[in-house]
Amino acid sequence: MRKMMLLCLALVFAFANTALCADDTIKIGVFLPLTGQNAFGGQLELEGVQMAAKENPTVLGKKIELFVVDNKSDKVESANAVKRLIEKEKVQAIIGTYGSSLAMAGGEVSEKAGIPQVGTSCTNPLVTQGKKYIFRVCFIDPYQGAGAATYAYKTLGLKTAAMLVDVANDYSVGLSKYFNKSFTKLGGKVVSTLNYQSGDQDFTAQLTKIISEKPDVLFIPSYFAEGAIIMKQAKELGATFKIMGGDAMDNPEITAIGGSAVEGFVHTTFPYDPSMKNMTPMAKKFTEGWKAAYPDKEPNVNAALGYDAYMIILDAITRAGKADPESIAKALAATKGFQGVTGATTINETHDAEKPVGLVIIKDGKKVYEGEITPEL
Amino acid sequence: MNLAMFIQHMLNSLTLGSLYALVAIGYTMVYGILRLINFAHSEMFMLGAYFVFWGITLGHLPWPVAMAIAIAVTATLGVIVDQVAYRPLRDAPRISALISSIGVSFFLQNVAIVFFQAIPREVYRPKWLEDPIITHGVRILPLTLFVPLLSLALMLVLIWIVYRTKAGLGMRAISKDIETSYLMGVPVNRIIALTFGIGTALAAASGIMWALRYPQLQPIMGTIPGFKAFIAAVFGGIGSIPGAVIGGLALGFIEIMTVAFFPDLAGYRDAFAFVLLILVLMVKPTGLLGERLEDKV
Repeated sequence: MRKMMLLCLALVFAFANTALCADDTIKIGVFLPLTGQNAFGGQLELEGVQMAAKENPTVLGKKIELFVVDNKSDKVESANAVKRLIEKEKVQAIIGTYGSSLAMAGGEVSEKAGIPQVGTSCTNPLVTQGKKYIFRVCFIDPYQGAGAATYAYKTLGLKTAAMLVDVANDYSVGLSKYFNKSFTKLGGKVVSTLNYQSGDQDFTAQLTKIISEKPDVLFIPSYFAEGAIIMKQAKELGATFKIMGGDAMDNPEITAIGGSAVEGFVHTTFPYDPSMKNMTPMAKKFTEGWKAAYPDKEPNVNAALGYDAYMIILDAITRAGKADPESIAKALAATKGFQGVTGATTINETHDAEKPVGLVIIKDGKKVYEGEITPEL
Repeated sequence: MNLAMFIQHMLNSLTLGSLYALVAIGYTMVYGILRLINFAHSEMFMLGAYFVFWGITLGHLPWPVAMAIAIAVTATLGVIVDQVAYRPLRDAPRISALISSIGVSFFLQNVAIVFFQAIPREVYRPKWLEDPIITHGVRILPLTLFVPLLSLALMLVLIWIVYRTKAGLGMRAISKDIETSYLMGVPVNRIIALTFGIGTALAAASGIMWALRYPQLQPIMGTIPGFKAFIAAVFGGIGSIPGAVIGGLALGFIEIMTVAFFPDLAGYRDAFAFVLLILVLMVKPTGLLGERLEDKV
């Protein structure tokens, strides 16, 4: 009898609990690298998400609650972070993360639990491969790598290339692979590929070797912290070749840290930059909102992608008319022509965003949005 | 590989190696006296660098003044850390102090993340450091000459302190037997504080040099140089000041030459550092110039 009563009590509590949750709030989890190696990107993305949440605090008449967990730029911590969001906070959808390696580690957990996850700037194709619940608001590396190669070969007429790749980073390895593929296919030649590991600060040995090979262009699919140092050391060692990179180099601090060494550096990125001439209304609204919120800080594409990730989930919930994980995932998969800060976004059958590749050049110590390019895959 | 390139590689390894050596001297110094591997050394390294660039950008101080102030402030901080985190554990088993130092290291790192934010900061370098000297296709950075000379000078000063001054005599006495030193009237706590002060000042100096060479400030910037310097110190014989210098130079040389001669393995050069550490520990556990183990127990 006593046992029965306890059981009843437990059941009542269990129901009361779920009833409370479903009542008036929608819970969205955020997992981003706020400390460690990738913190500079993670913090900007978080600020983007938080800005979107501040401007749009409700959907379907319900309040949205954000739960932020730091994945510490670590693959294991990343999986733990997602587990915590799902099991402890009982979130209905998850935003994150910067860094493909981190997204893959966290994505596995989300996929198993059936909670939709929207990646911000994880561009490796493997992130969404074969996944039902994983999406992203950014395009993928083959697209971006091919974009950089097309620009180098066709627009700038550079014929030989070298690459300096972070072997411990899926993003870097992926991007270099696709740059190589495209550049070779177009008729160029990759004369040397050298490696380093995340956290290295001395690249003089690799750069001395690369300089002796005399390539026309050096492609560095690095993160911004390492990329800036690579360029400084390259200049000190007397490098004269063009240097190009990917979206992970997109950070407002780059000119401050790189100084004159980053002059002329070109990187591919998502079609948003505060220096853009023909801004869409969404991009304009975002830029103005940012400047009001953070007057001493430039917005960048990471912040914009954080903003878009939040907004695309809201859009999916609105279209689904309810906020259970299953319906959100279904609505996300059906997203067509969503007007985000980073251009019109369509989620394709592999759950990746389709949008053009933007190009940014550093001219006179300033980031300048050069325009878009259609990559030749 | 032509001669100019080989010389370039040699110079690159000299720069990297002497930076490691500079960090390793501080490590080895505290270990030599207290038998304590002070993991918070990496964080003192980071703080020293931040303080200098604060002094310059916020305080508008000239270079030498900012550097002197930063080194003094960091050294004081090192003494405070000793008082708070290590002194209460002086009689506890050695492992307790080691764990305490790991705690201090994480604590300082996280404080730095909160205060300085995780975004890397720029470093302003004096003009004379930016322009390399070019001869016969070899590019020499002024820092390449400056850091080894500084390491050498500091090493000589330290050896003089340890072997020619009264405080040095105290340090050597404490390193042999801390309890007997108490009984013989050696001002143990004052000398240990001095050791921490000097050790931390060295960490700050090396942090500043490091930031000049790799111009970027980050709260986690000390971790990897710290590990490498630790390996260098063990390789040279931990506790020995010339050993730290030799260990640092050797490690820099191995890292650069690995990349120069085996470019395919460039991504795994840290692994070589650790393999080196394991080999040394297997073949000669005391390192190249280490003292015999009997003295240390």
